[in-house]
Amino acid sequence: MSKRVTIGKKILSANEEYALKNRQFLAEQKKLCLNMISSPGSGKTTILTRTISELKDKIKIGVIEGDIQTDLDAERIRATAAPAVQINTNGACHLSAAQVSGALEKLPVRNLDLIFIENVGNLVCPSAFELGESSKIVVLSVAEGDDKPAKYPAIFAKSKVLLINKIDLLEAVGQVDFDIERVKADARKLNKGIEIFPISAKTGAGFGDWCKWLKREVEDLD
Amino acid sequence: MHETMVAESLLAAISAEAAKQNAKPVSAKISCGMLNAINDEVLCFAFEAIAQGTVCEGLKLEVEHKPMQGRCKKCDEFFDFEVNHPICKKCGSEDFELLPDAPLLLEEIELETE
Repeated sequence: MSKRVTIGKKILSANEEYALKNRQFLAEQKKLCLNMISSPGSGKTTILTRTISELKDKIKIGVIEGDIQTDLDAERIRATAAPAVQINTNGACHLSAAQVSGALEKLPVRNLDLIFIENVGNLVCPSAFELGESSKIVVLSVAEGDDKPAKYPAIFAKSKVLLINKIDLLEAVGQVDFDIERVKADARKLNKGIEIFPISAKTGAGFGDWCKWLKREVEDLD
Repeated sequence: MHETMVAESLLAAISAEAAKQNAKPVSAKISCGMLNAINDEVLCFAFEAIAQGTVCEGLKLEVEHKPMQGRCKKCDEFFDFEVNHPICKKCGSEDFELLPDAPLLLEEIELETE
């Protein structure tokens, strides 16, 4: 004999409670918080260091860095004089809202306008864990190939911004097969309103529009 | 890869319910949305591994995937969003908004009774 019991309980409710707490805290403080998600090696940290430098007189930025091991990325952010807190996940493939909650306590949030969360390099798992962010930003670099929005649709469907990085490689004629128009069309098919900025964190190409967008988002919070 | 964490959370929830009912759980049904990025095989393997030696050993997991819902901005129709064919099912418009994804839910447990 057996009986069925209806439960209806959220399985990751502990994460959601922390995400809600983070979201409320950030809303009270009127801070913009962007959760950056991409594969490893797409250039997230380089994008951040250049963004911080370009906006240093206009927006105060802090960074929460997520990596499996090391604080190399937080060191790179601190070299720009921006505050950074490193989270080591010790093997976990994504950041959790509880980890971000702890990191927010260590950042001088009151003195900041914008907090970036650089998630663990992974296009799949981080999309399953809300952190309390204002929006998600997905980064795709030219070297990864133009089929990624089609292959990993979830994160492109739910992101507010797509940064297409390393566009300087597009000029290496014959070396890279990357149809940027295909990427834009595939991403917009999933998410009509997505903002797309083709950039190169190495040369600075495209940073004007990207930084203008960030500035406007921060101003809209006031 | 994050399925291990989901499996741990699930094991705790099912074990708690089993203790409350004082019965052995034999199967459980969960449901999830697209953004939960759950691979059934990986989740079942992780659950089987961590359930060994607990009241949940041998439990059969059933996973239901719920499609993401879209709302057409042209004709207001609600429809199941299909990744490979993301258009409104009624009017064919590509202009739509995505509604919040279904959460990861423990729906039902089957318990063995005397």
